[in-house]
Amino acid sequence: MTLTAAPDTGERKARKSSPGAPRTRRSGRLRRISLPYLLLLPALLLELLVHLVPMVIGIAVSFKELTQFYIRDWTTAPWAGLDNYSLAVDFDAPVGEALLNSFITTCLFTVLSVGLCWLLGAAAAIFMQESFRGRGFLRTLFLVPYALPVYAAVITWAFMFQRDNGLINHVVHDQLGLTDSPPFWLIGDNSFVALLVVSVWKGWPFAFLIIMAGLQNIPREIYEAAALDGAGVWQQVRRITLPSLRPVNQVLVLVLFLWTFNDFNTPFVLFGEAAPEAADLISLHIYQSSFQTWNFGTGSAMSVLLLLFLLVVTGVYLLLTSRGRKASDA
Amino acid sequence: MRRIRAAAVGAVTLSLVLTAAACGGGSSGSEGSNEQPKTLTYWASNQGANLEFDKKVLQPELDKFEKETGIKVKLEVVPWSDLLNRILTATTSGQGPDVLNIGNTWSASLQATGALLPWDAEKLKTIGGRDRFVESALGSTGVQGQDPAAVPLYSMAYALYYNKKLFAEAGIAEPPATWDELAAAGKKLTAKGHNGLGAEGSNLSNNIHQVFVLGKQHGADFFTPDGKPDFTSDGAVAAVKQYVDLMAEQKIVAPGNAEYAQNQSLSDFAKDKTGMVLWQTASATFKAQGMNDDEWGVAPAPVQSGEPGPGKATNSMVAGINMAVFKNTKNIDGAKKFVNFMTSEEEQVILNKAYGSIPPVKAAQEDPAFNTPALAVLRETLASSATALPQVPEESQFETVVGTAVKELFAEAAAGRPVTTESVRAKLEKAQQQMPKN
Repeated sequence: MTLTAAPDTGERKARKSSPGAPRTRRSGRLRRISLPYLLLLPALLLELLVHLVPMVIGIAVSFKELTQFYIRDWTTAPWAGLDNYSLAVDFDAPVGEALLNSFITTCLFTVLSVGLCWLLGAAAAIFMQESFRGRGFLRTLFLVPYALPVYAAVITWAFMFQRDNGLINHVVHDQLGLTDSPPFWLIGDNSFVALLVVSVWKGWPFAFLIIMAGLQNIPREIYEAAALDGAGVWQQVRRITLPSLRPVNQVLVLVLFLWTFNDFNTPFVLFGEAAPEAADLISLHIYQSSFQTWNFGTGSAMSVLLLLFLLVVTGVYLLLTSRGRKASDA
Repeated sequence: MRRIRAAAVGAVTLSLVLTAAACGGGSSGSEGSNEQPKTLTYWASNQGANLEFDKKVLQPELDKFEKETGIKVKLEVVPWSDLLNRILTATTSGQGPDVLNIGNTWSASLQATGALLPWDAEKLKTIGGRDRFVESALGSTGVQGQDPAAVPLYSMAYALYYNKKLFAEAGIAEPPATWDELAAAGKKLTAKGHNGLGAEGSNLSNNIHQVFVLGKQHGADFFTPDGKPDFTSDGAVAAVKQYVDLMAEQKIVAPGNAEYAQNQSLSDFAKDKTGMVLWQTASATFKAQGMNDDEWGVAPAPVQSGEPGPGKATNSMVAGINMAVFKNTKNIDGAKKFVNFMTSEEEQVILNKAYGSIPPVKAAQEDPAFNTPALAVLRETLASSATALPQVPEESQFETVVGTAVKELFAEAAAGRPVTTESVRAKLEKAQQQMPKN
């Protein structure tokens, strides 16, 4: 945004000095001031239409008792006050307890998934910084999971995770003999591991891509100077690479966090309509609470709570990181 | 500058038009209209082995209908995984098909939304009246005492399918008629290294169908007569436990079946891995899996007494597909004509024969095609020992919460953890608390 505005101000300064009648100048100025807004209007209206209006409707629905009796015209649904919210946050009752359980699962899952995605992506990007034979091929190969359509990829994983005929158990149990009996991956507690594996597999190439791009901006001379000063590889990574990547990482981690926290496709395709408790991610949980039980009011209330949580996390994160950056800039 | 201004004006106009277009298009009249008398949109459910098969079966019939009436029917076969969500979306937006197939167990739930055209006596007369249909199929068309929300199109019933080759190997002469006999047969099969009985532990609807029938046999309904959820009665707990115990205690269902949800048990059956399955109208699936008709046999699903009948001797739910008209249709007369066509005797024979189901139209059942030993068992079950799932608006929620509870119990059994009366009751209690409070 700031980049596009910069030439405009420059132009304005230049134009100001040019002579002209006061009226034309004023209307010309008005035109110049309003033009950017006018050009932004379509985007603004579409944003309103695609994001804000549904969001406001969603918030309105969360205060209604919207069950199948009213979905034909949701405005006729009776107001429920805060009932939907109290149902969602009453952690002693099954609905609230399940939501809390799902929330904790999602937090744990997100931390692990984002952490592993970043670690793998950063490691791979740093190792591939030096040019060597086959680097281009490996780079392409690593990006394959990111390029594959999510559904096709996750369906394949679901096949591989099958207990009796799946590839994973064939390797883990039949060939390596690591377990006494073939474990389940799609039901029970292991489903968390299965979900994490697929999520990291799907997410790390993005981290790899972004960090690789970030690395291109670090001047080689710094490394050379550090090497002359006797810094080893690990010290170079710690003292040069990571601090230089800071702004990139800041955005990357935020984006990965939001994507992973809200991920719906992976668990839905992997587990179907009812995810096992150990892998009951919040977006799927909310989907089930609204679409499977046809209780859209409660589902909306849960969505609003999730929205608030994500807003707070994002806000705090941006505040902390931008303060940190200012401090380091100063 | 002028060009930029033109672009800006264009952009603003475009966005305003878009906004207006998106805000418009609300729902139309409440009882349908005849604005578009020449076309119909039809959402068919997936009845054959795949969507292509259905198109091949249905398209010639739709062409016939067009020839007779001049109405062109646009067909879309919707997979089961999407159908209910698509219907809900259509209900909310008012933009849906004119005619659609629904799973008959959804009748009461969808009836409550008010999106489907009620078939009062007068409308039923236009398709030949109530009496043309089999009574049990009519029992699954909506809440009792209200006008049906849909009319029966295909009927199906559960039966015990057994693999003749594996039965011969294990020395089982007769298909089991009681649960004890089933357990004994299952143990003989497992002793030979096969799976006794197949199950689809992660398929919520199938879990419901099985425990509902067992519930009936234990004298339990999952809803009170006034429609309140009643999942924790002794009978209901015993029914769920009995079903899960087929894996947990009897060990005639292989643990791997706990994660099955895509008819893997039928494919195991066709591959001679599993000796028996309790399934509805499975012949078409077996054929698609490469199994010949003489390789499997069919018998009524087991009951405690060995003699299926009403009440505690129920051995199947009334399975089937209903046909409904969407209230927002723009071709109400055409839609009624189409339902009349699809429920005509001739079409009923053609379609049910193609899908291996039973016609819910009495006259069509006379056709010799429905007199094969396999279909005779299903027909007899529907006529004498099948019961409709609860016709309450919350049926769909019931399938989700109790179906999930059974899925979780199967997962525990598969992991070797004990399944006790207490653990079953606790799961069902949790399920009941998740039902919407009215």
